[in-house]
Amino acid sequence: MTSETLRIDGERGALFASDGPTLSVRDLRVHFPITSGFLIRRQTGAVKAVDGVSFDIAPGETLGLVGESGSGKTTTGRAILQLQRPTAGSVEFGGVDLTGVSAKKMRPFRSEMQIIFQDPYGSLNPRMSAGRIIGEPLTVHGLAGDKDQRRDRVAELLERVGMNPAMMNRYPHEFSGGQRQRIGIARALAGEPSFIVCDEPVSALDVSIQAQILNLLSDLQSEFNISYLFIAHDLSVVRHISDRVAVMYLGKIMELAPSAELYENPTHPYTRALMSAVPIPDPLIERQRERIVLAGDMPSPINPPSGCVFRTRCPIATDECAEIVPELSDHGNGHAVACIKV
Amino acid sequence: MLEVCGLATRFSTAEGYVQAVDGVSFHIDEGETLALVGESGCGKSVTSLSVMRLVPSPPGEITAGSVLFEGRDLRGISEREMRRVRGGSIGMIFQEPMTSLNPVLTIGRQITEALELHLALKGRAARDRAVEILSRVGLPDPSRRFDDYPHHLSGGQRQRAMIAMAISCNPKLLIADEATTALDVTIQAQILELLQSLCEEFRMALLIITHNLGVVARYAQRVAVMYAGRIIESGTADEIYSGPRHPYTKGLLSSVPRLDAAASTRLTSIEGEIPDLANLPEGCAFAPRCRWAVDRCRVEPPALVSPNGGHQAACWEQDRISEDHSAEHGRS
Ligand SMILES: Nc1ncnc2c1ncn2[C@@H]1O[C@H](COP(=O)(O)OP(=O)(O)O)[C@@H](O)[C@H]1O
Ligand SMILES: Nc1ncnc2c1ncn2[C@@H]1O[C@H](COP(=O)(O)OP(=O)(O)O)[C@@H](O)[C@H]1O
Ligand SMILES: [Mg+2]
Ligand SMILES: [Mg+2]
Repeated sequence: MTSETLRIDGERGALFASDGPTLSVRDLRVHFPITSGFLIRRQTGAVKAVDGVSFDIAPGETLGLVGESGSGKTTTGRAILQLQRPTAGSVEFGGVDLTGVSAKKMRPFRSEMQIIFQDPYGSLNPRMSAGRIIGEPLTVHGLAGDKDQRRDRVAELLERVGMNPAMMNRYPHEFSGGQRQRIGIARALAGEPSFIVCDEPVSALDVSIQAQILNLLSDLQSEFNISYLFIAHDLSVVRHISDRVAVMYLGKIMELAPSAELYENPTHPYTRALMSAVPIPDPLIERQRERIVLAGDMPSPINPPSGCVFRTRCPIATDECAEIVPELSDHGNGHAVACIKV
Repeated sequence: MLEVCGLATRFSTAEGYVQAVDGVSFHIDEGETLALVGESGCGKSVTSLSVMRLVPSPPGEITAGSVLFEGRDLRGISEREMRRVRGGSIGMIFQEPMTSLNPVLTIGRQITEALELHLALKGRAARDRAVEILSRVGLPDPSRRFDDYPHHLSGGQRQRAMIAMAISCNPKLLIADEATTALDVTIQAQILELLQSLCEEFRMALLIITHNLGVVARYAQRVAVMYAGRIIESGTADEIYSGPRHPYTKGLLSSVPRLDAAASTRLTSIEGEIPDLANLPEGCAFAPRCRWAVDRCRVEPPALVSPNGGHQAACWEQDRISEDHSAEHGRS
């Protein structure tokens, strides 16, 4: 399969008239209201799941989004795809701000922007064969003509993700975790996307299968020039696959840098702690590594700390950190850090 | 201190017997950390459950082997004696804390109960010790947590409460089965550092069961790698990581993305998937996925042998693999 077969639709190419980034996210906020009261429900607070996130993703680029569970990664991905309407901020895709767009106008973007989940089992309809699961987006988005063409296209997609096309008649429960993830990827590819949110796509897989899927995602990216937002809690995985990495904590980006730069020169105290907590599979190196052990857990996003949200666990925080909300500021080499102490 | 010899456990299933653990042998010395590694379904949990005589039966059944702990074969003692061993001289922690926490007892009561049973501590003394242990595992506000029920705690806090219970009676051996797998890395680091300090302070032995090769590299002195119910390689952590002799171990090591790897290196993945235990191939179970396999591998299962000291591998072609690895990595 060549990139031409995946990009046959000339009209949809118009979405990318500009040469700018595929995706441009500005000051994105998602606050989930907390309500109370019987009969008359009143909003009494909010879960600030995403609280002022900005970044760009260029065509064919992978931006990694890493952070502990509950830091707002999934919500960020869903808000970009408008599966969760943002509370504030903008999400420009190919120059169009999606946050104000109607469901009808959203339709062409629904195939251009896809998502792959951690748990392919939960996201694949158990009563549909692999062939129907992959073929459905072809029908919905009018991407395959008649039945035979659709069947050929499904076979081609299965083959492209490393599976035997004869498996199209099987059901999700008949596949292993790795195979189900391949089916999830084939379904996403069916929409001929230029952008995919990969939400923890390898977190549930064993290492040998994880490596197969990571290699597959890299190959597909270079073949079709797809941009990825690659979400994971495993910094080694994120660093491996990403061109740039954003480190998230309690709804905010703490640090954003090219992946080699982030590893060589981690600057935010949270990034430094996170990095030192990830063991390297080499005992000779591990024995010499310094370890910064953070105390406690991440606070609740309902009542985030004032000033810098990380200050309650930060080894270098001072009184000022409770007052000043640090901006993500430029440190050179495409490296941005949100900390007033570094 | 613990010496497991020829352990075999099988399950009877609709497709016939599944030999989940097939002749596993290993030992752990006082104060030592041994890691049992391998991908899901290779028999790590069944091995530890067999050691503790907690394999659900039916359908499970331990069919062979001995489990010598401090000189006694745990397979031969009464269930009553075994109950004193569990939670006493051998502590256990699992991935899912609710498997060992009782939902209708407070955290404090569960720990003091264990202290009463195993250390004959009562009343104030038991309470003080329980609070001390809860604070040791990093549970915030331990004297308040003492009266909380498990459902009041967050996942990470429950995990810490379970660890507190497991270490409360000064076990000689702690078995940690994927105990930190579901936790965030910063919490994982807190807990593993704690376990390591207990090993040093009290000469506690630790059996870490995990699929995280980074954790193994950092905390284990010795490593046993399992595949399809067998140990296919064992040795010191240094031996295993710098000179793997089994192609599966070598494949696993090159499959993991490393934080310190040069940018954009491609992962060398192992082809295919783990075999179905009910339908194992003849010969070496890894042969269908192995780049080095020769005819012999497909008919004759290799035994775990030791060409040089303690480093053992179950592979007919191990010398060739070891040479290839040295050639690629420039160290032996
Ligand atoms: N639909 C929702 N309603 C209320 N709170 C939510 C909802 N979805 C997520 N949250 C909360 O938002 C925060 C961020 O969640 P999430 O984006 O899933 O984080 P991550 O993917 O980084 O683990 C968490 O505190 C979570 O409990
Ligand atoms: N209760 C059971 N009934 C049948 N088979 C089981 C049972 N428990 C475990 N097994 C089988 O034993 C094998 C080893 O399982 P396990 O020890 O849990 O693997 P690991 O912990 O390495 O992921 C698996 O293939 C599993 O299917
Ligand atoms: Mg998530
Ligand atoms: Mg297990």
